[in-house]
Amino acid sequence: MITLDTIRKRFGALDVLQDVSLSVRTGAVTALVGPNGSGKTTLIKIVLGLTRADRGALHVDGEPADDAGAYRRAIGYMPQAAHFPANLRVGDVLDLVKQLRPGEAVDNDLARAYDMDAIRDKFVGTLSGGTKQKVNAVVAFLFRPALLILDEPTAGLDPLSANVLKEKIRAVRREGRSVLITSHIMAELETLADEVAFLCDGRLRFAGPVAELLNHTGGRTLEDAIAGLMRSERAGRRTAVVTAGPIPGPSWLAPEPEGAA
Amino acid sequence: MNVVLLVLQAGLRDLSRNRWIVAYTLSFLGIAEGLFWFGGTGPQVLLSLLNLVLLVLPLVALVFGTIHVYASREFVELLLAQPVPRRELFAGLYLGLALPLAGAFLVGAGIPFVVHARDGATIGGVVALLGAGVGLSLAFAAIATWIALFTDDRLKGVGLALGTWLVAAVVYDGLVLGAAAAFGNYPVERPLLGLMLANPVDVARVLVLTQLDVSALMGYTGALFERTFGTALGTGIAAVALVTWCVIPLGLAGRRFLRRDF
Repeated sequence: MITLDTIRKRFGALDVLQDVSLSVRTGAVTALVGPNGSGKTTLIKIVLGLTRADRGALHVDGEPADDAGAYRRAIGYMPQAAHFPANLRVGDVLDLVKQLRPGEAVDNDLARAYDMDAIRDKFVGTLSGGTKQKVNAVVAFLFRPALLILDEPTAGLDPLSANVLKEKIRAVRREGRSVLITSHIMAELETLADEVAFLCDGRLRFAGPVAELLNHTGGRTLEDAIAGLMRSERAGRRTAVVTAGPIPGPSWLAPEPEGAA
Repeated sequence: MNVVLLVLQAGLRDLSRNRWIVAYTLSFLGIAEGLFWFGGTGPQVLLSLLNLVLLVLPLVALVFGTIHVYASREFVELLLAQPVPRRELFAGLYLGLALPLAGAFLVGAGIPFVVHARDGATIGGVVALLGAGVGLSLAFAAIATWIALFTDDRLKGVGLALGTWLVAAVVYDGLVLGAAAAFGNYPVERPLLGLMLANPVDVARVLVLTQLDVSALMGYTGALFERTFGTALGTGIAAVALVTWCVIPLGLAGRRFLRRDF
C-alpha cells in the first residue's frame, strides 16, 4: 500500500499541495480527479520521486520512500503522452526499460494485445500519436508492480485499443494490484474506479468509495458528483472533508458552517 | 549492464541517427577534405580547421545540447520513474549527448587527416586539434546541460546558450584586448593569463597553437602564455584547464539534476 501523509508542496508563492493525506488501497482502482491545476500531477510526481515534497512523508508498504528510488520497483508509470527519442526503435525502448528493471517478472499481455512485434523495428518518430500511446501503455504494463500510476491512459487511443487497456486495468485489479488513475473522462473512471480522491486548490476534498461520493452529493453519475463538487468549490462553499483511516475507510463530506469558507 | 551504460547506449543510438549530427559530421568531413583538395598542406588545413572549430563547435554543442536536453525532458521523467538512481541516470544522459557530439567531430575532422597523412601535418598538431575539439564538445555539452536544467523556459535557455557562445567565442577576446590596452601601464600579465584560462575557447586555441610554430596567431594572451610557461608546461596547463572546464559545469549540472523537481 502507498500512503501519503500530510504532503505539502509549494512552487514559489503558490501552495500546490496542502497537507494531503491519501492511501492507495491494495487491489483497488483509485481515481485521482480535480480541476486543472488542482495538484494531481504534482501529487503523482511526488509518489514517483520526480518532485520532492516540502513536508510530509511517503510510505510504500509501511517503509519510507528513500531518495535512492529502489521503492519505485513497486510502481509502474504511464505518463499522459509518450515522448520517446524519435530515432530509437520501438524494440530499443522496450528493451531499455526491461534492462533498467532486471529481475522483474515481465508481463507481455498488453504487448501481445497491441501486436508490438509488428512495430518492433519501426522508429518511434515514424509512429502515429495513437501508436506512440500504445507503446507508452505497454512500457507501463511491462512488469507486475504493486501499483500502476496511469495519467490520462486512454488519451489518443482508438476505441478498440482503449477498450483493451481498460480490460487490462481490470485484470490488474483482479490480480490484487493497485491502480492510481487520472482522467478527465468521468464516465470512463466510473466504469473503472473503486475509490475517488478529489483534489481542489491543492487540498484533498474527498477520499472514499465512488458509491459514497454519489450518495453524499446526490449525483447520479460520477461526472454529476464531481461537477457538483467543483461548482461548490467555485462558489466558495467549501466542503470540509474528514477521512478516517486509509481509503476506503469512512469518509464524510460535509458543508462547512456558513461564512467559514 | 549498469544504468549508465544502458542510458548511454540509448543516447548513442538516438543521436547517431539524428540528421543534425549526421550533417555536422559530414560538414567537418567536407570542409577538411575540401581544404586538402584545394591544395592546402597539413599545417595550413590544421590552422584553417582550428578557426572553424573554435567558432562552430561551441555554438553547435551549446545550441544543439540545450535543445536536446529540453526535448528529452519527458523521456527523462519516464526514466526517473524507474527504480534507478538519479546520479547514474544523469551520467548516462550527459554521456549520451556529449559523446555523439565529440564523436561526430572526431570522425568528421579526423578522417581527412588520416587519409592525407603524408601532407605534412605533425601528429602532435593533429592530436592537439582533435583533443581540443573533443574537450570543447564535452565542456560545452556540460554547459548546455546545466543551462537546460537551470531554467524551464526553453526560449530563455536557448537565449542563454546563444549568449554564452557569443561571449566565449566572439566577445571575450576583444574584452581581454581592451583590458590589456586600458591597463597597459600596469603589470597585467598574470591577470591576463588568468583571464585566458577562464575561457575554454581561449584554452583550446592555446592548446593547439603551442603544438605549432605559429606564435603570431596565438593572440596576446596566447603569446604571453607560451612565453611564461614554455611549450611543454604550457600544453600541460592548457590541457588541465580544458579538463577543468569539462568537470566544473558537469558538476554544476549534476548537482542541479540531483536536487531539482521534474
